[in-house]
Amino acid sequence: MNVPFIILAIITVVGTAAAMGMRNAVHCVLALTVGLAGVAALYLQLGAQFVGFTQIMVYVGAVAILAVFAIMMTHSPEPAKPPTFSSFWTVGSVVAAAVFAVLAWAIHSSSLATHTLPPQPEVTVQQIGDALMHRFVLPLELMGLLLTAALIGAVVIAMNHREETK
Amino acid sequence: MNSLQNYLLLSSLLFSIGLAGALIRRNAILVLIGIELMLNAANLNLIAFWRFGPNPAALTGIMFAIFSISIAAAEAAVGLGIILAAYRHSKTTDLDRMNSLRG
Repeated sequence: MNVPFIILAIITVVGTAAAMGMRNAVHCVLALTVGLAGVAALYLQLGAQFVGFTQIMVYVGAVAILAVFAIMMTHSPEPAKPPTFSSFWTVGSVVAAAVFAVLAWAIHSSSLATHTLPPQPEVTVQQIGDALMHRFVLPLELMGLLLTAALIGAVVIAMNHREETK
Repeated sequence: MNSLQNYLLLSSLLFSIGLAGALIRRNAILVLIGIELMLNAANLNLIAFWRFGPNPAALTGIMFAIFSISIAAAEAAVGLGIILAAYRHSKTTDLDRMNSLRG
């Protein structure tokens, strides 16, 4: 266990826990960007540079901005603040803690300790592009189709239909 | 305890935080963010197994992570669109008060 991993793990866990526990929704999204940037730094530490920078662009850039916009557009002017957590928050917390306990037990009792760290692989963006264009070309095309469908679907769902019914 | 186990423990902790948020938050947008956190935990697992696996030159873990990030982005866009449409009907994003499917 090395020191950079501990620092990044603390940043990630504190950021995500704050994102799920704070009261103000905009503060939650700001804490979320810290946590997701920590995850991106973990990717960089593991040698997956391209995934790390994709994570920063997609999550810290796009998804966080999208969530902030959604929070601002759904901001209700009512003065009485509802409670932050649901009425059955004890049950939810117990379920999440139980899931973590089971996962940690499974990881701890597995035979992963025999693994040794292989030498750092040289992964260039050119290799990733080659793989995307040859071996993974069909998933790539399907992803383009999915993103187009999601774009059109999100616009159609969020569009205001009230003008048409008048 | 070696390094792979640390990464797996961290990602399971991340998954549990996301699950707790998705289960107990009342704001629908933050529930969606909790789901995004769970997807991130899965991505961290994929990258860790790729790095510690026997054949990292095959790039399989990286490809899985890239496609998973793309799907998560599409899911976030559609989910936030649905939340906006639901907000227009019920004037709230409080999940305890969004209890009817008909507007």
